[in-house]
Amino acid sequence: MTDTAHDHAPPGGGVTPHDTALHDTAPHDTAPGDSREELLSSLKAYVIGLALAIILTATSFWAAGTHVLWQPGVPIGLAVLAVAQMGVHLVFFLHITTGPDNTNNVLALAFGVLIVFLVVAGSLWIMANLSANTMPPEMMDLHHQR
Amino acid sequence: MFGKLSWSAIPINEPIDMIAAGLMILAVLCVLAWVTMKGYWPYLWREWLTSVDHKRIGVMYVVLALVMLLRGFTDAVMMRLQQAVSVGPDAGYLPPEHYNQIFSAHGTIMIFFMAMPFVIGLMNFAVPLQLGIRDVAFPTLNSVSLWLTASGILLTNISLVIGEFARTGWLAYPPLSELKYSPGVGVDYYLWALQISGVGTLLSGINLATTILKMRAPGMSYMRMPVFCWTALASNLLIIAAFPVLTATFAMLLLDRYLGMHFFTNDGGGNPMMYVNLIWVWGHPEVYILILPCFGVFSEVVATFSGKPLFGYRSMVAATMAICILSFIVWLHHFFTMGAGANVNGFFGVMTMIIAVPTGVKVYNWMFTMYGGRVRFNAPILWSVGFMVTFVIGGMTGVLLAVPPADFILHNSLFLIAHFHNVIIGGVVFGALAGYMYWFPKAFGFTLDEGWGKVSFWCWFVGFYLAFMPLYYLGMLGMTRRLQHYDNPGWQPWLIVAAVGVAFILAGILALIVQLVVSIRTRDHRRDHTGDPWHGRTLEWSTPSPPPAWNFAVLPQVEREDAYWHMKRRAREERRAAAEALAYAPIHMPLNSPTGFITAFFAVVTGFALIWHIWWLVILGLVGALITTLVFAWRDESEFEIPADELARIDRAHQQAYWAGSAP
Repeated sequence: MTDTAHDHAPPGGGVTPHDTALHDTAPHDTAPGDSREELLSSLKAYVIGLALAIILTATSFWAAGTHVLWQPGVPIGLAVLAVAQMGVHLVFFLHITTGPDNTNNVLALAFGVLIVFLVVAGSLWIMANLSANTMPPEMMDLHHQR
Repeated sequence: MFGKLSWSAIPINEPIDMIAAGLMILAVLCVLAWVTMKGYWPYLWREWLTSVDHKRIGVMYVVLALVMLLRGFTDAVMMRLQQAVSVGPDAGYLPPEHYNQIFSAHGTIMIFFMAMPFVIGLMNFAVPLQLGIRDVAFPTLNSVSLWLTASGILLTNISLVIGEFARTGWLAYPPLSELKYSPGVGVDYYLWALQISGVGTLLSGINLATTILKMRAPGMSYMRMPVFCWTALASNLLIIAAFPVLTATFAMLLLDRYLGMHFFTNDGGGNPMMYVNLIWVWGHPEVYILILPCFGVFSEVVATFSGKPLFGYRSMVAATMAICILSFIVWLHHFFTMGAGANVNGFFGVMTMIIAVPTGVKVYNWMFTMYGGRVRFNAPILWSVGFMVTFVIGGMTGVLLAVPPADFILHNSLFLIAHFHNVIIGGVVFGALAGYMYWFPKAFGFTLDEGWGKVSFWCWFVGFYLAFMPLYYLGMLGMTRRLQHYDNPGWQPWLIVAAVGVAFILAGILALIVQLVVSIRTRDHRRDHTGDPWHGRTLEWSTPSPPPAWNFAVLPQVEREDAYWHMKRRAREERRAAAEALAYAPIHMPLNSPTGFITAFFAVVTGFALIWHIWWLVILGLVGALITTLVFAWRDESEFEIPADELARIDRAHQQAYWAGSAP
């Protein structure tokens, strides 16, 4: 209990809401880890992100409807655009960067991706297996089952 | 005007329902009348109902859990009595449709409204104190979480008086829970109550995970956090990952029931098995959400009462995080028998056995912590030792059930019932009660009566074995779960033994109540002046009991794990000088807010209206909740300042009490 300053930031650079005595205006508006200055300067980033997201979305709709492109290539193109869209959202809206203070966000994303992968892949595997094992073709409609 | 709601919704001609409902209403009215007569309303509203203090919110969660323990236990008593008598020509005293509601309500209440609030309450109370900080990351959101949980509880209990509860079992499997086979409002009560409280749980998970990741005291690096904080982190990560799955699954079932969709129906391309799959994607992590914080409690209790650092801190952390991931790849073991092939069953069987390994590591760590220590056998450690013995048995029957061929014989038998009560009572309930007795003096400033605590433990311990060991045996004889009536007279003696076991558990619960009453009456003799009644190792014991709203007048500087223990090992004079040299600075604390309470009020209105199809009231409730949120978002004042001299005055008073109370 030798500490003399009350407003130490915790490790990881976070700002504890009750200790941001410097801010007179609602300090709760900042996400943990963001200072208010970063938040204001990121307005530009949001605008760029929004523009990119709109361009990518518009391109997808155009690609899906047009006959100019080679048709078998369209689904692959749409997949690429979708992945790019995810990237834009992660970088500009969810603030995933490679900065050293971003470890938590990256780890949270990795954890989320892992869990979604486990749940989706596991469910597909299980449900396909159940169908293969329990449903002969003539019994697919359970109404006919006695 | 009132949708499906009419006077016929009140079960006038079912005496058991009416008596139970009457007693419940009477009890609530008595409490309300008492509060009104004593004039406690302004105090309650100001200091508790609108409080955003994590300690008070934690206490209120635990109060909810204890009340719901009584409610869920009443259901258990009714089931045990029914099964003890309803053999052969005797039909027992409960009609089948009532019995079905009781076992559904028992499971729902015990998991969602007893176990969950209990562990969330303990985490809420202890985690910020252990981390050396002043509150959670989002204090008002914390209050919203609490009251949304209370909303779910209220809706479930309203179903006792108005309408009915689900008769589908605690997970409401379709097709039984679809509109075609459950046309009543029971399943709707179940779904909306859990949707609302599920939102509260998710918000609470986000709140606590953020707190642990972002708001630790200076110097409190990850590997210096107490194990309870680690287990709380793992548990809250699981909440964040698993509860959206529950919400989505229930949402699909609601779409089936309300808008005629076909996610889980028999016809129209629906697949009921998908519901079973998804509900267990949530359900298996859920059991670890419950048990991990209890593992944390045992780690704290065992280390404190053995007077030793926890054996294998790093392996404990590794085991906790391993369980956090592994718990997401075992869910199929809940439905081995539903027709998957050998590959799938084999994979999930093996994974289930693997997840027992980190748990085994933990049990050895606790035993080695006690080995060579000077163990003080206070009530919290009795629960811990009782847990270790009981939980290992439950773990072994669990590994047995993980073998698919064995599971084909034991699935949905009483063996399964005995297994999961073995791990949930032996693990979660013992852990929650250990935490309750461990942190009670911190929360209220006086210790609980040791004698009655020990009586309660022994009654629970003996009662558990009497109530559930016969069920293992009956399961192997082939008795299935959820039987309202059976024909085999050979089963009856075992079920009577089980009923006797429930009587012991009842005695254990009564002892808990007596312990509380006796302790409150003799509180002046059992005050904790030092703030450290157990010779604790972690930072919560460095605060006064009960801690001030701001927990720490000056945030502690953490230099190693078991922070408080090492602070206490410094020379007395050095510590005293350091304490006197503390420089106090004004701090800002969040203002209390009725947002949580009012949001929850509108959530109850919305839920009730949805259940009874009163659409105008649904809109009213949603608009009300929206306005409440907007008013909160546009508030002008969110914090108040506590001046430095007041902090200094209160903190110095505690220091003096500490030096006077602790022998040199």
